[in-house]
Amino acid sequence: MISLRDLTVRYGDTVAVDGITLDLEPNKIYGLLGRNGSGKTSLLSVLASYRRPCAGTVTIDGVDPFENAALMRATAFVRDSLDVTDQDRIAKVLDFAGRLRPTWDAGYAEHLADVFELDRRRRVSALSRGQRSSLGVVLGLAARAPLTILDEVYLGMDAGARAAFYRELLADYLAHPRTIILSTHLIEEVAGLFEQVIVIDRGRLLLHEDTDTFRARGVAVTGPAAAVEAFAAGRTVLGEQSLGGVRQVTLYGALADHEAEAARTAGLTLAPVGVQDLFVHLTAVGDTARTEALR
Amino acid sequence: MFDDRSPIYQQIANGIKDEVLSGTLKEDEQIMSTNQYAAFYRINPATAAKGFAQLVDEGVLYKKRGIGMFVSPDARGRLRAQRRERFFADVVDPMLTEARMVGVGVDEIVAYLKDGAR
Repeated sequence: MISLRDLTVRYGDTVAVDGITLDLEPNKIYGLLGRNGSGKTSLLSVLASYRRPCAGTVTIDGVDPFENAALMRATAFVRDSLDVTDQDRIAKVLDFAGRLRPTWDAGYAEHLADVFELDRRRRVSALSRGQRSSLGVVLGLAARAPLTILDEVYLGMDAGARAAFYRELLADYLAHPRTIILSTHLIEEVAGLFEQVIVIDRGRLLLHEDTDTFRARGVAVTGPAAAVEAFAAGRTVLGEQSLGGVRQVTLYGALADHEAEAARTAGLTLAPVGVQDLFVHLTAVGDTARTEALR
Repeated sequence: MFDDRSPIYQQIANGIKDEVLSGTLKEDEQIMSTNQYAAFYRINPATAAKGFAQLVDEGVLYKKRGIGMFVSPDARGRLRAQRRERFFADVVDPMLTEARMVGVGVDEIVAYLKDGAR
């Protein structure tokens, strides 16, 4: 179990991570969702022991992982910079990763490099944005680390490469269950892979729950303005729009069966809200009051 | 039954129920593992497992320890009874609402059904 307690990261006057407390059970796939600048990378950097928190603690099975060689060998953190030498050829990068990690699977790394059509003779500095990301995926997955953290590794990958990434991630997770944390903006296309989602906003934890529970939280209610207003009264409204006399509100909070029935009887149409739309509503710009209300 | 709001695990469960009802899945037949479901539908295996757990609770599936999940011997009959009970509420009532809205009379519907049944 990974436990974060009151974790805070500050850069001068800027608070990037603001007192986050979180428990992560082993061998699940987590989706970490947050807007740009919400503190995702800072949070992951502390989680991976790439930096110390300014306040609060991280423990893995009760042990502080910082500068702990055994726990660090069991942690793979792939971030934008890749932490490789730009002048090295891919073959050397993969060889080096294999020497560092007892869990490295060289055969699987070769397979992944083939899937992403990476030329082993190319230097890292000569790779396109998408190829760099693919190399990150190879490094992250072939490490087979018990704690695998992939921070927006899909940048610049086209739809085909991303589909291959998700397919390989799931297949390898099924064969070798481990804790995987994936931070992403492309929520809709990958949400099905997450067992749980963690949403952070402005450095704070907004929610952490089963993806299915999260999915059921949003509902779009459409119908005659008066009926919609009446139904929405007393509920958390995330968004609203009107078209003539028709009004649509996005509500937060799962509806019980009798509530859904009442809505239909009142002539209202209920529709699911995609995970991505729900996320956008929850973390809307300039709406601190709304997110405060959800806490 | 096929509520728009239903989470993925429920859709998995409903899909298996449909296969049992249609006879694609026979009674006492072993169903695919959660991992096979996860790989096929590209979903987290915990989601598939949740769907299976619901079906075990409802008595549609039973578990053989260390072997896998099987269709309960009386699953089909039970599901049929459930669906028959809900048939008019779930299928006929919405059709009648639509018919009323567009001005299709009950006699017209009856005539159409008799025609189709021939």
